[in-house]
Amino acid sequence: MSAADIFFYILAFLTVACGVMVVANPFSRNPVTSAMFLVLTIVFMAGLFILLNAFFLAAVQILVYAGAVIVLFLFVIMLLDLKEEERRKVKTIGAGLGTIAVGAIAFLIGRSILSYAKTLPPTELTLQGSTVALGRKLFTDYVLPFEILSLLLLVAMVGVILLSKKDLK
Amino acid sequence: MNDVLLNFPWFILFVPLVSALVITFFTKRNRGLSAGISIGAIVISFILSLILFVATGTDTVTSPKLSMDWLSVGNFIVDFGITIDPLSKLMLLIVTGVGSAIHIYSWGYMHEDRAVSRYFASLSLFTFSMLGIVLSNNFLQMFIFWELVGVSSYLLIGFWYERPPAADAAKKAFITNRLGDFGFLLGIIMVWSLLGSLNFTVLQEVIVNNPAALGGLATVVGLLLFCGAVGKSAQFPLHVWLPDAMEGPTPVSALIHAATMVAAGVYMLCRVYFLLNLSDSFALEVIGWVGGLTALLAALIAVQQNDIKRILAYSTLSQLGLMVMAVGAHQPVAGMFHLTTHAFFKALLFLGAGSVIHALHHEQDIWKMGGLKKKMPVTFWTFLIGTLALSGVPPFSGFYSKDFVLSAAYDANIGLFVIGVIVSVLTTFYMFRLFFVAFLGHPKSESAEHAHESPKVMTVPLQFLTVLSVVGGLIGVNHYVAKAKVFPGSEHHFPWYAEFIAPIVHAPVAALFGIFAVVVGFTVAYKFYAGAQRDPLPGKLGALSRAMRGRFYFDEIYSALIFMTHEAVAKLADAIDRWIIAGLLVRGTHGTTELFGRALRLVQTGNLQTYAFLIVAGVAVVLFYVLFR
Amino acid sequence: MNVGLEHYLIVSTILFCLGLWGVIVRRNLLIIYMSLELMLNAANLALVAFSRYNNKMDGQVIVFFIITVAAAEVAVGLALIVALYRKKQSAHVEDLTTMKL
Repeated sequence: MSAADIFFYILAFLTVACGVMVVANPFSRNPVTSAMFLVLTIVFMAGLFILLNAFFLAAVQILVYAGAVIVLFLFVIMLLDLKEEERRKVKTIGAGLGTIAVGAIAFLIGRSILSYAKTLPPTELTLQGSTVALGRKLFTDYVLPFEILSLLLLVAMVGVILLSKKDLK
Repeated sequence: MNDVLLNFPWFILFVPLVSALVITFFTKRNRGLSAGISIGAIVISFILSLILFVATGTDTVTSPKLSMDWLSVGNFIVDFGITIDPLSKLMLLIVTGVGSAIHIYSWGYMHEDRAVSRYFASLSLFTFSMLGIVLSNNFLQMFIFWELVGVSSYLLIGFWYERPPAADAAKKAFITNRLGDFGFLLGIIMVWSLLGSLNFTVLQEVIVNNPAALGGLATVVGLLLFCGAVGKSAQFPLHVWLPDAMEGPTPVSALIHAATMVAAGVYMLCRVYFLLNLSDSFALEVIGWVGGLTALLAALIAVQQNDIKRILAYSTLSQLGLMVMAVGAHQPVAGMFHLTTHAFFKALLFLGAGSVIHALHHEQDIWKMGGLKKKMPVTFWTFLIGTLALSGVPPFSGFYSKDFVLSAAYDANIGLFVIGVIVSVLTTFYMFRLFFVAFLGHPKSESAEHAHESPKVMTVPLQFLTVLSVVGGLIGVNHYVAKAKVFPGSEHHFPWYAEFIAPIVHAPVAALFGIFAVVVGFTVAYKFYAGAQRDPLPGKLGALSRAMRGRFYFDEIYSALIFMTHEAVAKLADAIDRWIIAGLLVRGTHGTTELFGRALRLVQTGNLQTYAFLIVAGVAVVLFYVLFR
Repeated sequence: MNVGLEHYLIVSTILFCLGLWGVIVRRNLLIIYMSLELMLNAANLALVAFSRYNNKMDGQVIVFFIITVAAAEVAVGLALIVALYRKKQSAHVEDLTTMKL
């Protein structure tokens, strides 16, 4: 077992554990806690990205999610007064049914992954994942979606400003 | 036959139509011009018919020029064509000849009416339609003209539409005719489906080659076709419209409801006689008895009517019954013969009655007339001759034709013969009753005292028709018609002088009974009505007289029947609508929809997470199917 | 045991299902939103893993796009939540019943 593999197991475990803490924290139902665990999940996932030679994406992941998105979440949480949220009871029937359905999906996907993985031929991993290569790809083959994406961001910005106005018509 | 002559039938047919159109569209304002155009049109048709008649004699003319393709749908091919045979030529002469006299008379009778143009346009339209029936060479064409005749009859009966009785009578005539025409149309459809053609010539060939072509449906087909005649010729049980049709102007009554249109039914029966006279068909028996029954009923009713036009209307019914009876007695030639002479003298009688009505300022009750002999000599004498002819006094035309009918009945069925004799007695009786009361004795009202003769334009047609009524029986109409190919067998031919005594030589029983009937009828009428001031019959006959006066209550029975049927159908329709349409379908649909809606509404919790859960569950199922099935 | 594609995919699946579960069961809108982010990240991980094991750069490009879209989506979504909260004084899905007739 190589060092990379060991790193993978450690990081995978930490990612999943933090993910669990995001959605189902047994100690606290405070959204702030969840948000902090989400940051951790994202950071560990960035580690996984590095293991997969996606260095640029790892950086972006941390910058955008941990830096921007989660900060936004925290701002909103502070903005809303959510004290009473914690007192509500969990509806056991709904939760049970949801768990069964999600479990079924997990089982189905997992089983298909395992059965297909055995049929895959071993491949030589040659991808270097350099930022230069990603940039070249982005500005040649994917230049049109890239530009459209900038438009999307503009639209989102305008939308958010509109939605945040006090008297929404 | 040369080409010029071949165009004549088309001119005869279409000149009246052109006249009707011109009057309607251009000369409506000019009363005199309209009348002139209409009279001119029918006179032209009459002259052309005469030329055609003289030129072709008894020939049956066939030529590609007399027919053109009209409708061709798959193997359903209909021509628009013309038949020229003795039968149609005779009818041409009757329609245009009598029609001409009546058109001219109309100008005198109607010229004070404000809608003269409309009157003459309708009259021309009627002439066109009637000629169309006469000349048709196939069933479909005949049916269309048949309906056109119905329309023009409707227009003319309801000519004074502002008077409710006239409007009602027009509707009644039209609707009653519809009943018969429905049967006629069914019959035509059956003929087409069974024999594959509508052309009379083709049909006759088919029947001659294969007499059993109609199979077991022969009787049904015959009776359905007869339905058309029942409606148009006002036979029992659809006879009720004809007396009411007298609400129209009197010349119309003479032309349409005595001389021509009502004869169309008889003409049609003769035209399709080859379809009726089949060994395995009982249609002719039924036709004979229906005709006899109509003749008897109508004659009985006529005895107790007081309206001069109604008496003549019931007389017409009765005579039509005799014609139909003659066809039913396997002697269509007799039917056509009687049709011809009847057209002459009945038109004469109606026009005479019109003259009287005109002179008495629209007084129609015979008990308010009287003493007209001196004041209206022409009308008096011509009416007398008409009466004699209708009663069947030799040697007037009615004697010969009625004798022919009686002898046909005598050969066919003794029951029909007895009916015929009784009808003859009654005919003489009611005609002389009318004559004695309306023309002789003292004037019974103010207007009768001040009556004076009608103008020349009215009396000349009367004289013209009088001549025809006198000689109509002797000019060989019966022999001429018998030459038509539609009738099997041929007639013996006599020199003209033999015609006088032919009935006695040929069928002595019928002739003697005919004369006997006249004598009896006249004697009884003289006894009761010569110089009578009031009708003595109600006192003697009591309830029977009341029933006769009430026309045996046919109208009342029909309206009650129709009311009941209508009510029942309406109730049924109401029940269907209420319980099945509204209850089951409408409320059922809406109820089911609502039920489902309510059930589905339970799923629509509005809760985001329920929706999310359902989506996830759906995804799970889909994945299961995609990945593991 | 050598780490292969399937290991990454299993991790991705677990994260995805965790997010899904959160969306269905949790009733705080913000938590639901975080769960959604988790699901997006799970998809990202799977795409990067595919990219690595297929020796193709395209997967990474798509992830780049997804991150951008996710950022925009978070901004809009959070703005919506704030607007909703202003109106209803609640960030609880059970209080958002305007979809029910």
